[in-house]
Amino acid sequence: MAHGPSQNFFSRWLFSTNHKDIGTLYLWFSFAMFLLGGAFAMIIRAELFQPGMQLIQPEFFNQMTTMHGLVMVFGAIMPAFVGLANWMIPMMIGAPDMALPRMNNLSFWILPFAFAILVATLFMEGGGPNFGWTFYAPLSTTYAPDTVNYFIFGVHIMGASSIMGSINIIATVMNMRAPGMTYMKMPLFVWTWVITAFLLVAVMPVLAGAVTMMLMDINFGTSFFDAAGGGDPVLFQHVFWFFGHPEVYIIILPAFGVVSQIIPTFSRKPLFGYSSMVYATASIAFLSFIVWAHHMFTVGMPIAGELYFMYATMLIAVPTGVKVFNWVTTMYKGALTFETPMLFSIAFVILFTFGGFTGMMLSIAAADTQYHDTYFVVAHFHYVMVAGAVFSGTAAVYYWLPKWCGKMYDETMGKLQFWIAFIAFNITFMPQHFLGLAGMPRRYSDYGLQFADWNMVSSIGAFMYGGAQLLFLFNVIRTIGWGKPIDDPKVWEGAEGLEWTLPTPAPFHTFSTPPIVK
Amino acid sequence: MLKRAKALFLGLMTSVISLPLSGTLGAEEATWNLNMPRGVTEVSQAAYDIHMIMMWICTVIGVLVFGFMFYVMFAHRKSRGVKAANFHENLTVEILWTIVPALILIVMAVPATTALLKVYDTENPDIDIKVTGYQWKWQYEYIGEDIKFMSELRTSQDEQYGREPKGEHYLREVTQPLVIPTNKKVRFLITGNDVIHSWWVPDFAVKRDAIPGLFTAAWAKTDQPGTYVGACTELCGKDHSRMPVVVEVKEEADYEAWLAGKKEEAVLYKSTIGKQWTNQELMAKGEAVYSVSCAGCHQSEGQGIAGIFPSLIGSSIVTGPVEGHIGILINGVAGSAMQSFADQLSEVDLAAVIHYKRNSWGNDMDDIVQPLDILNYKQSQ
Repeated sequence: MAHGPSQNFFSRWLFSTNHKDIGTLYLWFSFAMFLLGGAFAMIIRAELFQPGMQLIQPEFFNQMTTMHGLVMVFGAIMPAFVGLANWMIPMMIGAPDMALPRMNNLSFWILPFAFAILVATLFMEGGGPNFGWTFYAPLSTTYAPDTVNYFIFGVHIMGASSIMGSINIIATVMNMRAPGMTYMKMPLFVWTWVITAFLLVAVMPVLAGAVTMMLMDINFGTSFFDAAGGGDPVLFQHVFWFFGHPEVYIIILPAFGVVSQIIPTFSRKPLFGYSSMVYATASIAFLSFIVWAHHMFTVGMPIAGELYFMYATMLIAVPTGVKVFNWVTTMYKGALTFETPMLFSIAFVILFTFGGFTGMMLSIAAADTQYHDTYFVVAHFHYVMVAGAVFSGTAAVYYWLPKWCGKMYDETMGKLQFWIAFIAFNITFMPQHFLGLAGMPRRYSDYGLQFADWNMVSSIGAFMYGGAQLLFLFNVIRTIGWGKPIDDPKVWEGAEGLEWTLPTPAPFHTFSTPPIVK
Repeated sequence: MLKRAKALFLGLMTSVISLPLSGTLGAEEATWNLNMPRGVTEVSQAAYDIHMIMMWICTVIGVLVFGFMFYVMFAHRKSRGVKAANFHENLTVEILWTIVPALILIVMAVPATTALLKVYDTENPDIDIKVTGYQWKWQYEYIGEDIKFMSELRTSQDEQYGREPKGEHYLREVTQPLVIPTNKKVRFLITGNDVIHSWWVPDFAVKRDAIPGLFTAAWAKTDQPGTYVGACTELCGKDHSRMPVVVEVKEEADYEAWLAGKKEEAVLYKSTIGKQWTNQELMAKGEAVYSVSCAGCHQSEGQGIAGIFPSLIGSSIVTGPVEGHIGILINGVAGSAMQSFADQLSEVDLAAVIHYKRNSWGNDMDDIVQPLDILNYKQSQ
C-alpha cells in the first residue's frame, strides 16, 4: 500500500493530486456555491412575496437573478458533478487515479478565484452583472455596468477549468480502464460523463468566444453585437445558445448517469436496456448541437428556420423517452426498497419527466409565442435543473457517502429531508407554471395584483426548500463526524460494480494493481 | 409514499381537468389563474388550441407512465417478499417505445405547423403600426397617419414603494394606450431603440422581440372591443417590469373619431410652441414630465444612483450653459443609458423639463428655457 495523505492540512488540500481529495474539494466548493446561489434565490423570492418593492431596489433585483443563475449553473451544479466524477470514475473503471493529476489540481483551484472575482462585483461601484445569466447584448455590453469586465474574466476562468476537467476525464476513461473493462461494460455514470466531457470541450470555447466578442465591443471599439456599427444583437443569441443548449445537457447527462446507477441497486436488478441507454445519451448529445434556436422563437427568424428548430427539438423527446422507459422497466419486477438515494432518484424520474413534458410544449413554436420568457419557462427549467440535477446530486451524495467515509448517514433524517424537499419543490415551482400561463414574464422585480396569490405560495415553498438544504448539510457533517461506522464493502445489498469491491471506507489510493474484469 | 404520491397525483389531475374552464375572458380578474387566456384573435386561439392538445397528450402519456411506475412501486417492493427478476433487455419493446413516440411526434407536428403558419401570416395588412421599445416605455407610430406618441407607465413610485395603497390597475396602466380598430388586420412592425425588449399582448398571442437595428413583424385582427394588457418580456434593465403594453380595441367608428381627435391635438399643439411660457407654467409641466420620463433613472429628487445614473444636483451640465443641457437631451450620450429624447418628447415638454431641472433641488439658474429655444437648437443641427 502506498503512502497516505499529507498530514499537513495546507499541503494536503492545496497541493493535492489525489482524485478523492480533489473530488472532495469540488463537492464542498459546489455545496458552498449552492448555499450562496440559494441565498440569492431567497432574496428574490422574499422580494416577490407580495407586489410592490419592499426589500431591495430593482437594480439589485436584476443582479440577484443574474448571480443566482450564474452561481447555480457554473458554481454549484457543474462542479458538483465534476466532484462526483473525480471520486467515482477511477473507482468505477479500476484505475489508480485520474490520468492527469496535476491538471486536476489546477482545474479545481482556479475555480474559487473565478467566483471570488464574480461575487466581488456585487460590492463594486455599479454593482454586479445585472443582465441575466444569458447576458444578451447590448444590455450586457453598451448598457452594462463597468464591472462586466470582471464577469467576462470570471467566465473565462470557469471555462478553462471546465475544459481541463473534461480533458482529464476523457484521458482517464480512454487510457486507464482496467483490463477487460471494454467501453460497453463501463458503468453508465462513466458513459454519461465521457459524453458530457466531449460536449464541454466542444462548447466552452464557444462561450469564451462570445464573452471575448463582448470584451472587444466594450473596450476596443468593435461592433460584433452593436447594430449602429453594423453588428447584430441576434448574432449574440445564436453564439450564446450554441453554447447554452449543450450546456443544459452537460448539466443533466451526468445526472442521468447517477440515477442509472442508483435505480438498479435499490431494485436489486440490472439496468434495463444498457446499450440503448448509451445510444440514447449519445443521441441527446448530438441533438443538443442542432436545436439551439428554439430559445429564440420570438426573434423573428424566417419561418423555415423556425419550423426546422421546432421539428428538431421535438425529436429530443424520443431518446429521452427511451431513458425514462428504461428506468421504469428496471424497477419492474425488481425487489424495491426506498432508502434516501432511491427516493431522490424516483422523484428525479417523475419530476424530470414532468419537466420534459413542459419542454415538449415549449418546443411547439406557435404556443411558445405565449410561453416564451414567462414564468412557465422558469418553472420548466427548474423542474429539470433542480428536480433533475440537484435531486440526482443529492441522491449521489447519500448513495456514495457511506463508501467515501465508512460511516452511515441518518436514514430518518435523509428521508425527512427528501419529503420536505419534494413537497417544497412542488409548492415552489408548480404555481410558476400557472403564473407564466396567466401572463407573468420572468425576471420581473414587481408584478400586477393578479399574480399576487401564486407568487406568495411560490415564495413560501422556496423558503421551505431552502430550509431542507440546511438539513442536508447537517446530515452530511453529522455522518462524517459521528456517523455509525460500517465496513461492508458493498454498503448496499444490491450494489454492483468495481467501486463496491474496494474496502469501506475507500482507501486513499485504490487499484494500484488493476483488477481484471471478466 | 404511495399514499402521498397518490394524493399529489389526484391534486394534479383535478387542476388539469379544471384548466379549460379558466381560460375565459373574465379570467383577468381572477387571481388563482391556472391557464393561458384563449385570447381574441385567430392566432391566439390557434396557440391556445395547440397548447391544450399538447397538454392533453402529455397528460395521457404521464398517466400511463407514472401509473405503471406507481403500480411497480406498490407491487414489487422487497417488503412484500418479492424476489427480483434478472432480465435486462427486450429488443421488441425497446424498438416499440422508440417508434411509437416518434409517430406521436409526427402527428403532433401537423397542427403545430398549421398554427405557426398563422403566426407568420403578416402579409396584406390594413393598418401598419411601428412599435419601438425604449428603456422603459413604448413608442407607437401610425404609419402614413403622422401620429406618434409614447406610452409610459402611469403607476406612481409611491404605489410601488408602498407609500400609497396600490390601485386596481397596478403596473397595468399607461399614459396613452395603443388604439386599434376592430375587424382590421393590424400589422405591428417592432424594433428597439436601445437594448432588446419584447412586445407581448397575450390576448393576441403577439410576442416579438424589439431588437435595435432590426424589424420583426406580428399581426392581430379581432372583432372584440376592449382593453388588453401585456408586458415587456425581454430583460431590458432596471424597469423591465415597469413598461406594460396596453392596447385598446375600439369599434371602427370610435377609432376614426379617436384618430381625428389625435390629429386635431397635433394642430393645437403646434400653436403653443411659439408662445412665451412663464416660469410657473414651465415648472408645473416640467415636474410632470420629469416624474414620467427622467425620475426612473435620475430619481425623484434628482439624486441619481451612485455609479450608475449621475446626480443632477449641481451637475456641470445642468448648471452649465443652456445649449449644453439642451444638447444632451436632444442627442443623448452615446454608449450609455442616456438616450436621445428628441423623438420622445415634444419641444414644449423638453423646454419645461430642462427648465425644471435647472431650477429644482437647489439648482438655481436665472435663465428661462422656451420651446422655441429647443426648436432653434434642433434646426441649427
